[in-house]
Amino acid sequence: MNNSEREKTVREPLFHIEKRGDISRKKGLLIRGIAILAALIVSGVFSAILLKGNPFVFYEKIIDGAVGTERRIWNLLRETALLLGVALAIVPAFKMKFWNLGGNGQVLVGCLATTACMFYFGGKVPLGLLIVFMMLAGVIAGAIWALIPAIFKAQWKTNESLFTLMMNYIAEGLVAFFLTIWVKTGSGVLNPMRDYKVPEVINSSFIPIIVIVLLTAAMYIYLKYSKQGYEISVVGESENTARYVGINVKKVVIRTLIISGAICGLVGFLLSGAIHGTVSKATHGGMGFTAIMVAWLAKFNPLIMAGTSFFVVFLERGVAEASSYFGVTNTAFPDIVTSIIFFFIIGCEFFIQYRLRFRAKKKSGIAAEKTVVKAEKKDSVEVSEESDDSAKAKKEDKA
Amino acid sequence: MKKIVSLALSAMLATTMVAGLASCGEDKTYTIGLICLHGSESTYDKNFIDAMKTAAKNKGLEDELTIVTGIPEGEECYDTAIDLVEKGCKVIFADSFGHEAFMLQAAEENPDVQFCHATGTMAHTENVSNFQNAFASIYEGRYLAGVAAGMKIVEMHKANTLKESNYTSTAKDNIKIGYVGAWPYAEVKSGYTSYYLGVKSVLAEENLGVTMEVQFTNSWYDEAAERSAAQNLISRGAALISQHADSMGAPSACEAAGVPNVSYNGSTASACPNTYIISSRINWVPYFEYMIDCTINGKEIDTDWCGGLGTGSEYTDESGAVVLTELGSAAAAGTAEKLVEVRNKLKAGTVNVFDTTTFTVGGVILTTYLADVNTDSAFTPDTESIIDGVFAESKHRSAPYFDVNIDGIVDLTNAS
Repeated sequence: MNNSEREKTVREPLFHIEKRGDISRKKGLLIRGIAILAALIVSGVFSAILLKGNPFVFYEKIIDGAVGTERRIWNLLRETALLLGVALAIVPAFKMKFWNLGGNGQVLVGCLATTACMFYFGGKVPLGLLIVFMMLAGVIAGAIWALIPAIFKAQWKTNESLFTLMMNYIAEGLVAFFLTIWVKTGSGVLNPMRDYKVPEVINSSFIPIIVIVLLTAAMYIYLKYSKQGYEISVVGESENTARYVGINVKKVVIRTLIISGAICGLVGFLLSGAIHGTVSKATHGGMGFTAIMVAWLAKFNPLIMAGTSFFVVFLERGVAEASSYFGVTNTAFPDIVTSIIFFFIIGCEFFIQYRLRFRAKKKSGIAAEKTVVKAEKKDSVEVSEESDDSAKAKKEDKA
Repeated sequence: MKKIVSLALSAMLATTMVAGLASCGEDKTYTIGLICLHGSESTYDKNFIDAMKTAAKNKGLEDELTIVTGIPEGEECYDTAIDLVEKGCKVIFADSFGHEAFMLQAAEENPDVQFCHATGTMAHTENVSNFQNAFASIYEGRYLAGVAAGMKIVEMHKANTLKESNYTSTAKDNIKIGYVGAWPYAEVKSGYTSYYLGVKSVLAEENLGVTMEVQFTNSWYDEAAERSAAQNLISRGAALISQHADSMGAPSACEAAGVPNVSYNGSTASACPNTYIISSRINWVPYFEYMIDCTINGKEIDTDWCGGLGTGSEYTDESGAVVLTELGSAAAAGTAEKLVEVRNKLKAGTVNVFDTTTFTVGGVILTTYLADVNTDSAFTPDTESIIDGVFAESKHRSAPYFDVNIDGIVDLTNAS
């Protein structure tokens, strides 16, 4: 009795959470690999139970839906490029810890301005000139949409998350407003103006893909090698430090948001000017939010973002096809499946940052104490082992 | 960089392993494709999905039907249509107004496949032989739903359960009702005007008037906006609400407020047991069966198909394209008999929904009206639509073109 009482008083929780030091690359990849596998298994089982189908067919249809035909591959690449474009736009802002949640709105005003040029100048100026107008209008509109909250943030310290978020609704309202002006019947459907679109090279996907590829390279260089890119990181780390070293924080905030909005506007130009030929309240496709996940998963590295946005679009398109194959007619179902997968992938970052240490098994009070001591010892060994690991990893990196 | 490459590689490895394990789901051959703007969570899309499943089943083709949901009114619609062609579909149907231009483009590029489109306006002028529009004289269904609403209002008026705010004046001879609309164009305007005229016809028999306030959401599916629009109309004194928008926003707001509701696209009785009166909807089964038959037998499909009331004598008769659901518990006594009576008159032609003697525009009776029947980019009115004292809705083309603002209906959204 005495023993067990004592045990209670020294009882450890089932596990501890502790921060990892430097994790080895190998271990990090292993954790991510396990997460993806677990995500696929859980989503497969979930789908199999709900759809009463074979989970392996479900996986197969995901792949088929994403890359099953040549057209699907083109569409996959196009959607990847567009999502990557929006992610590239929000990265400079996010690196500066300016939480730009207004991607949707900034893209949408880009679409709106582009469409306005097509609507008013289409057929009145040569196509080449029209396209220049469209692109400039889209880029400027996107930049203005991001500039407004940036000025308020820089001057009056307003909350940029709420501000940019609300700008999304205003943008949607503006689109609805212009649609009621342009479409006199009131249906809100502006038929595509195909004659004024950016001419197709191979197909309507090729030009947007090329534009985003170039943009990715440019953004990588800008963030990594330019002085402005460095200023963004410093402001993001600490505004006070930035001020101390003589960086004009207000200027950096405003300049960076102009860039952020302008890139969103450029994506808007591609959407309306090169792909749809029209605009609706939904033209942004919710990319402003999805792009945040894309950027975050890639730790704001533009090159890695190409991979994460490919992964996200692959899943979305694949799961949509798989759902259709199994006769799902509810649009919530594919969302649930992709969410399960994202949950694992985002969740696994926790296990990369932290580790769980389980309580050692105890037989008696004294033995327990001993094991605790043992565990502590073991800990120190582990730590040294790990530092060996990371040292090795570093060496490997250099090699 | 390395991380992501290996991440991608391991992911691909895992998926290919899994795919390899799978003994490959057998590839289905598809004949019929259905493209929906939203999914079955939308009352509008659900109506199409259910009808297509029934039609395919009736034709023994349920395994050859593929349904794609959540397709926006943009290039995605064209991409999806082409993807369905590549899947082998011989007939493809899209359910949303904004899908039309993209379906038309796909049709032009694939002359061997039939492309059919609900609510569209372009088939009768575009002359693309494999592109067709379809709709129904749903204004007759709306009118009947309005009759059911009128019966309820009269009942509430007589039972003295209406509030002061439900009347436009202290004389208590004119009652306010509300309507939540999607976009302010002919399809919605024709719908609410015919509904209003149905209500008015019943109230007129009791020497009562009716004023209907309309609030638009400028969206086909926006649950929050539809709910708040309904709440706003209720707070302004609407004794009863109806809607033409696709979410459960308006009916559920009515249920919460205890205000009777006339629904559209299908019964909302299960979610709104205390306030649901009736719903009119288009029954797409007859068209889908016809469309499938034509495709299989290599016959031409009607360029502009317009369905009407069925041949049966019950108000719930489902043999036609325009149908009513069963009455809900909130319906007034005697409604079923009244519906049968009015339905018979509509079929016999003794009552016309858009009889110009039953409404005024700016205080005068309409004697001539040029409607925009042939779609052009400038939206030019082109066709005289008042024939023998009746606005000839859905005669020149299947999709509605009645877009007149009549007296008694107040547009809250665009009122200055």
